[in-house]
Amino acid sequence: MLYSEKVLDHFSNPRNVGEIEDADGVGEIGNAKCGDIMKMYLKIDNNIITDAKFKTFGCGAAVATSSMATELIKGKSIDDALKLTNQAVVEALDGLPAVKIHCSVLAEQAVRSALSDYYTRQGIDPLPIVGEIKEPEE
Amino acid sequence: MEKRSIYADNAATTAVSEEVLEAMLPYFREGYGNASSIYKLGRDAQRAVEDAREKVAKALGAEPREIYFTSCGSEADNWAIKGTAELMAKKGKKHIITSVFEHHAVLHTTEYLEKHGFEVTYIPVSDKGLIDPEDIKNAIREDTALVTIMYANNEIGTIQPIEEIAAICHEKGVIFHTDAVQAVGHVDIDVHKQGIDMLSLSGHKIHAQKGIGALYIRKGLTLPNLIHGGGQERGKRAGTENVPAIVGLGVAIEAATRNISEKNVGITKQRNKLIDGILTLPYTRLNGDRDKRLPGNLNISIEGIEGESLLLMLDMYGICASSGSACTSGSLDPSHVLLSIGLKHEVAHGSLRLSIEDDVTDEDVDYILDVIPKVVNRLREMSPVWEKMMKGEKYE
Repeated sequence: MLYSEKVLDHFSNPRNVGEIEDADGVGEIGNAKCGDIMKMYLKIDNNIITDAKFKTFGCGAAVATSSMATELIKGKSIDDALKLTNQAVVEALDGLPAVKIHCSVLAEQAVRSALSDYYTRQGIDPLPIVGEIKEPEE
Repeated sequence: MEKRSIYADNAATTAVSEEVLEAMLPYFREGYGNASSIYKLGRDAQRAVEDAREKVAKALGAEPREIYFTSCGSEADNWAIKGTAELMAKKGKKHIITSVFEHHAVLHTTEYLEKHGFEVTYIPVSDKGLIDPEDIKNAIREDTALVTIMYANNEIGTIQPIEEIAAICHEKGVIFHTDAVQAVGHVDIDVHKQGIDMLSLSGHKIHAQKGIGALYIRKGLTLPNLIHGGGQERGKRAGTENVPAIVGLGVAIEAATRNISEKNVGITKQRNKLIDGILTLPYTRLNGDRDKRLPGNLNISIEGIEGESLLLMLDMYGICASSGSACTSGSLDPSHVLLSIGLKHEVAHGSLRLSIEDDVTDEDVDYILDVIPKVVNRLREMSPVWEKMMKGEKYE
């Protein structure tokens, strides 16, 4: 498995690992059966993501994409976070092996899942804003 | 603790030994003759090949003319299985028996034969990773052509009751093949005494180079030719002999089968220390029978973490290991071996295999036992699965 230096860096020194106790939105995606679970915590103030943390069960790419996704959305507006694509995560990591692309999709969906939870907590239907959350196929 | 460099993946491959390399070197630049040539340079090469054949035969309790060199263990498996299938199909026997947890060199070959009109019975294994010979007995039919069962499993190291299975096959007049790639050099093998009709082995698992293997075929059993061409390997497997590799295999197998039981005492002791040490971590289990297993093999499931992450982190500490996680196999499913012994997918993802040899030191073992808890705790701390387990929640 050929990982880029950046993937290995984000795997060995993952940014933003942990939980946010008073998170405004928490999302979880994946299942242990298929081998990857990402849980994402967001702190949101005035439409701005002021903090993001994650916990991940999964391979090196799963950890690295979670780490990179939190880095890419921290300090950004919700609108910008919703525009985060898995491709952007892959590019920020200087690429991923083909069999690991699904990890970047998980990271993208974990962000959306947490935002979806944020809207639900606000009493707003997340579906028109965030769209459907795609669970990985088993 | 100072970082060490520990290779604990000898079941994947091994380094070419000093002794093997020394023996091979003259056959690249000086003794480079074609073993089929009539002049001295050729005759010397032929002599070297036949000398290696004798060494392989002796190590297995076979006769030299029963040994055929191949390019690898997979080739030997393919030849044994497809060759027997072709041979026996002529007699109307188109049923093959194997087990669910064979190496892919066997499983993908039997799956191929299924597409070509053969019927295959896959014998299940116990939760300890052992085959019950009674199951084989019950599966044998009038039209059974071949039983192929691995000698020792490549992932969990369990050693199968080969002699009993061979006896059952002979009683019923069925040909018996065993993939012994993981067993050679680690357990005492005597093909004649044990009643083995065919046996596959590989050089690079026993400190020869990659790209050389052998198939033992009991005399009297005539498989169809594998490669058509010249008269090499008694016309059964054409192609100019890879003399240095063959010479290397001869030296390697002689060294590997020297004092096996003596070597195993030390290896087993270190292996058991590793098992007991790792099992002190909560939510871990040893995969495969503890006693009926290869001396250097340990395979442990560590719940709450995923195998590839574990391997990457061990690598940062200089430890080379292996896992049955899906992520390391390039597929979505974890190891078929771990699933076959009843592990749930999520548990199979977090497995660790270490395969050590007699060069492992007390310091190495202490280092591994120091590093593993650190790495496991670090991964568990960032694992939402572990978090749920600790809260007593379901995490599937």
